[in-house]
Amino acid sequence: MKFLCVECDKQMAFEERALPGDGTLAASFRCPQCGRVVAMLTNPYETQLVASLGVKIGGRTISEQPLETVRGAVATGRADAFDEGAGDAGRAAGAFPSWSPEAQERLARVPGFVRGMVKRIYAEYARDRGIAEITPDLMDTARSELGLEGM
Amino acid sequence: MPLNIRTYHDLSEPDRSGLLDQVLEQRRRVAARMESVGRVVAVMSGKGGVGKSFVTARLARALQRSGRPAGVLDADLNGPTAARLLETPSTPLAIRGDAVIPATGVEGVRVLSMAHLLDDGRPLAFHGPEADRFVWRGAMEAAALREFLADVAWGSLDRLLVDLPPGLGRFEELADLLPAPPAVLTVTIPTPESADAVRRALRAAVERGATALGVVENMVGGQFRGSAGESLAAEFGIPLLARVPFDPPDALWSALAGHV
Repeated sequence: MKFLCVECDKQMAFEERALPGDGTLAASFRCPQCGRVVAMLTNPYETQLVASLGVKIGGRTISEQPLETVRGAVATGRADAFDEGAGDAGRAAGAFPSWSPEAQERLARVPGFVRGMVKRIYAEYARDRGIAEITPDLMDTARSELGLEGM
Repeated sequence: MPLNIRTYHDLSEPDRSGLLDQVLEQRRRVAARMESVGRVVAVMSGKGGVGKSFVTARLARALQRSGRPAGVLDADLNGPTAARLLETPSTPLAIRGDAVIPATGVEGVRVLSMAHLLDDGRPLAFHGPEADRFVWRGAMEAAALREFLADVAWGSLDRLLVDLPPGLGRFEELADLLPAPPAVLTVTIPTPESADAVRRALRAAVERGATALGVVENMVGGQFRGSAGESLAAEFGIPLLARVPFDPPDALWSALAGHV
C-alpha cells in the first residue's frame, strides 16, 4: 500500500501512526513536495487483518518478540504459559528503566498471557530513547507509536 | 478527466513502512529456523478422526528412539492433542532471546502445541471485532502457524513432523510459509469414505509440489472395512508404508520411521 499525491505525482511519506480508539488504526502520510497530509483510517476488521500479518505500518522500531502475534491476539491464553526468564524479567523490572507505581499498576492489569511481552516491549522502547522511568503516559505514547493494538 | 496514475511498482521512493520487506523478513525467519531441520514432514489426511495425531506422536517417538531427533509441531490449533499424546509437562514454556523453547515430551520429542498456551478446557479465541470473525480468524491462525515455525528454538532435528488438522487449508499455509513444500505422510482408515476424502487432500498436496512419502492405513482389523490404503497407494504410485492395527507394536513404528 502506497499513497500518491496526484497533484505533485510524488509518493507520500509515512509520518505518524495512532490508535484513536474503536479499533481504528490511523496512519498519516505527507507529500514531500507540497506538504499535504492525508490520514488513512482502518476499520476494526482491517486493523485486525494488519495485526494478523504481523507487520507494522510505518515500519518496525523495536525487535520482533517471540510469538508476538499469538501472545498479542489470543484471548484465552494461560496466565502462566511463559517463563520469561530471570534475565529478561529482571531487566524489564529492574533499575533501568524503572516503572512508576501507576505504570506498575497498569501493567498488573494486563493479562498474564501477554504481560511478559508487554513489559519487554515498553522497557525496550524506553531504553532505546534513554527514558529512565516508564509512566502510563509513556505507555500510551509507545502503544500508539509502535502500533500495539490490543495491548 | 481520467487520472493518469503510475502503478504500485513504479513508485520507487523509499518506503518507511516496507510492508513487503517485513513479510519477506518473516519468511526469512522461518527459513533460518528450518535450516537446522533435516526434513519437514506434514502428516495429513483431509479427513478427521483417522488418527493423524496418534500416528504423528508414535512416529516421533520411534524416530527419537532410533537416534534421529524429532519434533512435533501441532498445527491443529483448534483441537490440539500433541501435548497430551507426548506427555509434555505442564510447566511454562521458557523464552530465551528471540525464541520459545519447545516442551520436551516422552522419549525426548520436542513439542509445541496450542495446548501449551491455552487455559485448560477453553477454545482458541482471539481478541478482535465481535462480528464477522470469519473475516480475519483464518489470517490469525496462519500467523500462529508462522510463529510456531519461526519463533520456536527447534534446534537441530532430523525430522519436524507437522500434525495437520483435517482439511486442506493448513497444508496450504504451511507450504506457503516454508521455503519448499513439505514432504507429506498420508493417513487414512480402511473405508472407501476415507479414501474419497484423503484422495482430494493428497492430490492437492502433490499438485502443490509436495513429495508424497506414502500412505499409512490406520485402525486396521477392527470394524472398518475396505482397502483405502492399498487403493490410494496404487493410484498415486506411492508405497503403502504401514497397516496399523489397534494396539500396534513398537516394531511397526520403528519400521515406519525408516521410511520418513
